[in-house]
Amino acid sequence: MSEHSKNLAHHFSNTEQQFESGKLGMWLFLATEILLFGGLFAAYAVYRANHPEIFAYAHQYLDRNLGALNTVVLICSSFTMAWGVRMAQLGKQKQLLWSLMLTLVLAIAFLGVKGVEYESKWKHGLLWGKNYNPVEHVEAAPAHGIVGEAAPVDPPEVPTGENASLIAPAQTGPAGLAHTSGEAAKAHEEAPDNVHIFFGIYFLMTGLHGLHVLIGMGLILWIFARSYWGHFGPDYYTPVDLVGLYWHLVDLIWIFLFPLLYLIR
Amino acid sequence: MSNYLNHTSGWKSWVFTLDHKRIGIMYLVAILSSFLLGGIFAMLIRTELLSPGQTIMDADTYNRTFTLHGAIMIFLFIIPSIPAALGNFVLPVMLGAKDVAFPRLNLMSFWLYCFGAVFAVFSLVTKAVDTGWTFYTPYSTTTSASVISMTLGAVILGFSSIFTGLNFVVTIHKLRPKWMTFFKMPLFLWSLYATSIIQILATPVLGITLLLLIAERTMGIGIFDPGLGGDPVLYQHFFWFYSHPAVYIMILPAMGIVSELISVFSRKTIFGYRAIAYSSVAIALFGFFVWGHHMFTSGQSTLANMIFSLLTFSVSIPSAIKVFNWLATLYKGSISLAAPMLYALMFIFLFAIGGLTGLFLGTLATDVHLHDTYFVVAHFHYVMFGGTMIAFLGGLHYWWPKMFGKMYSEKLAALAAALIFVGFNMTFFTQFVMGTRGMPRRYYNYPEEFTTAHQISSIGSYIMGLGFVLIASYLVYSLMWGKKAPGNPWGAATLEWSHCPSPPPHDNFAEVPSQDTDPYDYSIVKYDEESDSYHLA
Repeated sequence: MSEHSKNLAHHFSNTEQQFESGKLGMWLFLATEILLFGGLFAAYAVYRANHPEIFAYAHQYLDRNLGALNTVVLICSSFTMAWGVRMAQLGKQKQLLWSLMLTLVLAIAFLGVKGVEYESKWKHGLLWGKNYNPVEHVEAAPAHGIVGEAAPVDPPEVPTGENASLIAPAQTGPAGLAHTSGEAAKAHEEAPDNVHIFFGIYFLMTGLHGLHVLIGMGLILWIFARSYWGHFGPDYYTPVDLVGLYWHLVDLIWIFLFPLLYLIR
Repeated sequence: MSNYLNHTSGWKSWVFTLDHKRIGIMYLVAILSSFLLGGIFAMLIRTELLSPGQTIMDADTYNRTFTLHGAIMIFLFIIPSIPAALGNFVLPVMLGAKDVAFPRLNLMSFWLYCFGAVFAVFSLVTKAVDTGWTFYTPYSTTTSASVISMTLGAVILGFSSIFTGLNFVVTIHKLRPKWMTFFKMPLFLWSLYATSIIQILATPVLGITLLLLIAERTMGIGIFDPGLGGDPVLYQHFFWFYSHPAVYIMILPAMGIVSELISVFSRKTIFGYRAIAYSSVAIALFGFFVWGHHMFTSGQSTLANMIFSLLTFSVSIPSAIKVFNWLATLYKGSISLAAPMLYALMFIFLFAIGGLTGLFLGTLATDVHLHDTYFVVAHFHYVMFGGTMIAFLGGLHYWWPKMFGKMYSEKLAALAAALIFVGFNMTFFTQFVMGTRGMPRRYYNYPEEFTTAHQISSIGSYIMGLGFVLIASYLVYSLMWGKKAPGNPWGAATLEWSHCPSPPPHDNFAEVPSQDTDPYDYSIVKYDEESDSYHLA
């Protein structure tokens, strides 16, 4: 049929109807994604409400700086993605290719940083369930509270004054015991039960999110190839738009994950 | 004449088809095969219960048998039955559209269904699951049975279900002809719309729940394991957050079919169109807030129990609205007792029993006594079999001539309906009685005094089985030697009957019907004796 362009499926009457259908479908799909993560957010909420001490203690082992860096990286990638959609609308193929490429690079950077974080958790045995087996040395200490150098225990003061007993009080601890300093060591001593629950939730949430980043990268690569072949222009850019929506959702989920996991008080 | 069945040929033209009608037929074959499999397990269960103690299988085998019966019937049969098989075929035609919005997604949904079914069946041939279809922790994380393959299958089937729902919502929103407003849609479409909303919003939660269960089994993540500080009741909350709305995924489309059948076979416009339409949406919404009534005895707080009990009662309001409107439609109608109508009437009767016994279980005090007894089993089967399955049979008989262009024998159909009605009530009414007297569910043994009731129940199930064999026989017979079906044998006014030949052509409509019609205005069709069919007046 002459009135049907090659991008218009036979059961739609016009491209506008087709575009709107695709967009509605994508929004519905994003709703399912939110509910998929919603289950994990619910698990997080339940355990945080019931065991706040686990979260307060365990979150110190996450590296805030790397988390913040990744947040910036993903926000930038959302920007480059949005830029790409605009370029597709305007039919500027070269800029479209560049912005998709940049988005991909930022996604790789995100996964790289995540990999560094995972690797350090792995090395220190900060894992889920029965695999939680923290390694007791300096490196395992929380990122923002390094164990202070051992300080000598102060010698017990001999009481002076009229009311003081003549018998000196016992030393509070054997001489030479490291004086605790910094949150870390304190936290170490007070480690609550079942800290592994936090790491279980951390790995599930960030792992599922990481999987979504990977899927998003695959989709962006597909869009990149199709842009390279010149499939998109002002008349037809639905796939770029839809992948963009998906990518923003992946970004948005991280924006919730970062404070919930890294910035706990 | 060219129709969707002979439009193209060869197995590839089916396996790679994008035609919603062919996908619907493939779904129909797939779900009926699953029904056969689940039905065989049901017969084995009833046979084991013919006498106390071991009859044909040991206790472990019995556990596996009822689990497979439940899991196959729920995930492989009931959930996709009406939406994915009948809905796929009928929805676009009723809507005056050429196809669903995303035909490729539709095909993918079917393939995912098959893929998920392979996982489920794999668990059957390896070490079959013995947890019950609910996979409750901590047993499901410690048993040696192949829980992972079954739950992974359920996750994949869930995606298939999501894609069907998503497709239907977009199709209903975007592919209606201009004149067809939401309130000019047939009520079956309203119910499919409400169903799809639940499929989209509830199924992902089942996905993550079962993935957590798999993570628990494979990696020992500890979230549901009390030994590691986890909470097994959290699993129950997660599971029922999906699985309670899921029973509305099963019953809502059935109610939609009944709305069509009651009106068509009373030759009277549907009573309370808007009330029925809104009540579908109300059921879908209320359905999300009642999951806690599965945990009245799981140590949930009293306050939560009271709230969930109240909300559970509220679901009965929209359900009752539907029943009253159907009865009002029948009043002074010109009722014809064709096979689909027999099932529609049977639905009202059985669903009323199933619905009202639900109130016994929603009441906190009585639930303590009835929880986990045969009363629950009977209630569930009155709603799911007496409701959904019966409406599915009604829909199948109603749209059969449209799907295949062949008529079946009305006499045999009436006989089969009678067998199923009698068999069903024998099987499950006895279970209400046993339940109130303390017969617990999921036991392969029972005290002597229950023997008679169990035997009546088992014999009833054989009668039902006979009914199904009969249905299968005359339907297959009709495919080969049945009388050719006219375009509109029932005199319905919805587009798939009034504007579309049987079977429909590949594109459904050469031109999308442009005229503004009321789906329940029977003055637009007139009976023509010569062709034994109705035509547009």
